[in-house]
Amino acid sequence: MPDPAFSHHPPAVRVRHARVSLGHVPVFADLDFTAEAGRFTGVLGPSGVGKTTLLRLIAGLIPGADIGDERGGSLSGCIAWMAQKDLLLPWLSVIENVRLGARLRGEGDGGREKARALLAAVGLAERANDRPDTLSGGQRQRVALARTLMEDRPVVLMDEPFSAVDPLTRLGLQDLAARMLAGRTVVFVTHDPLEALRLGHAVYVLNGEPATARAIELPDAPWPRAADAQGVLAAQAAILRALAPEAAS
Amino acid sequence: MIRRVGAVLILVALWSLAWALTGRLDFILPPPWTVAAALWEHRDLLAEHGAITLAEIALGLVVGGGMGVLAALSLALWRPAALWLWPLFVATQALPVFAIAPLLVLWLGYGMASKIAMAALIIFFPVASAFYDGLRRTDPDLLDLARTMNASKGAVLRHLRVPAALPGLASGLKVGAAVAPIGAVVGEWVGSSAGLGFLMLHANARLQVPLMFAALLLLAVMAILLHAAISACLRRALPWVHDTLDVQPPARD
Repeated sequence: MPDPAFSHHPPAVRVRHARVSLGHVPVFADLDFTAEAGRFTGVLGPSGVGKTTLLRLIAGLIPGADIGDERGGSLSGCIAWMAQKDLLLPWLSVIENVRLGARLRGEGDGGREKARALLAAVGLAERANDRPDTLSGGQRQRVALARTLMEDRPVVLMDEPFSAVDPLTRLGLQDLAARMLAGRTVVFVTHDPLEALRLGHAVYVLNGEPATARAIELPDAPWPRAADAQGVLAAQAAILRALAPEAAS
Repeated sequence: MIRRVGAVLILVALWSLAWALTGRLDFILPPPWTVAAALWEHRDLLAEHGAITLAEIALGLVVGGGMGVLAALSLALWRPAALWLWPLFVATQALPVFAIAPLLVLWLGYGMASKIAMAALIIFFPVASAFYDGLRRTDPDLLDLARTMNASKGAVLRHLRVPAALPGLASGLKVGAAVAPIGAVVGEWVGSSAGLGFLMLHANARLQVPLMFAALLLLAVMAILLHAAISACLRRALPWVHDTLDVQPPARD
């Protein structure tokens, strides 16, 4: 069920000639990266290659790069962010965590009904008034997803959003994310080749120092791809080869 | 509860043993029962002076704690303040309270004001320091999230930094509550006509050693109860902060 409140035409995300150094180490020297409008784009890569840096760059959290939509327009105000940690505030109830953006922008009590509806959509309606520390890891991640959707932005950036939960819960969360975020431009970073293959309309592997992005050929199965769909296993092997060429040969 | 009574009984036993082994000199170390008798005999006197010291400590906590919170907030809100004011705050701690006490008595008089100022001065620093550290250590990932949500600096302070720093503030207040009696009693020693510090000095001069011990005991009990009361209030006010030493955190699957 795509969020009915979301009806705008989402922009594509373009990164052109990005140059980023952390300290004296060049992370990107001349990186080009495109995420198509309304599609899920997965980014894989070895640890420390700059996956999170790429997301932070797109989110405008790192200055100094040419970031924009397909017409060169700004993405500021278009982006919702979902980090690796769920970042739920322990002192707020579940529903107030979902409404965090409204609280931070001083919008008062607005959006409580919408927050309730989103919590129901992620299956946590009855936990709205509980504190986050009473939830399981998977439930916390679903609250974080509801908080991301509450922002109702056309572009959603996710940094290893489901890495902290067990594989079975992860599969369920991937289906939920696919359902709830469909129609938006989603860029997600992951360590899990299967997650990239299940959710990605396009998948890139970042590699090298400074890093460059390389597209992976994807199996022709209906999206979101089932874990046991035709060709997923072979594509997984191709991703592992691209991630660590020397180890796979 | 039983464990606490046991701990007190062991302390009393050790005290009695020390008295017996050091030659039973009542004017140097009176045994527990002599002190208990002095406590009962001088109960009105002790209550009167104890109430004054307790009031000085409590008001000192309010004033010193409040100033500590304000100082930490202004340091967090206004960066140049950290550069100019922080060394000044550290300096207030570097000067021994014994050195400042006569000055404060000279400026604020013989009454309670100078003692409250002493207690507040001692409480101020642990509160300001712990709260300021908490304000500075907000999770950077949370700040990134707030930026993508277009939050203003003030909103980040109010909704993220301050609540996240409250456990730090609580630690500062607990340290403050434990050291506050030092300020009040030192103030009373330097110049006063009331309070447990005054009573101790007076009893000491007249070799009323059991009364002195009784006053000391009362001061210790007051400090312990104050600390316990503040800890209990803070636990209630910050239910999301789990003490992982005492209780198991709620189960997560």
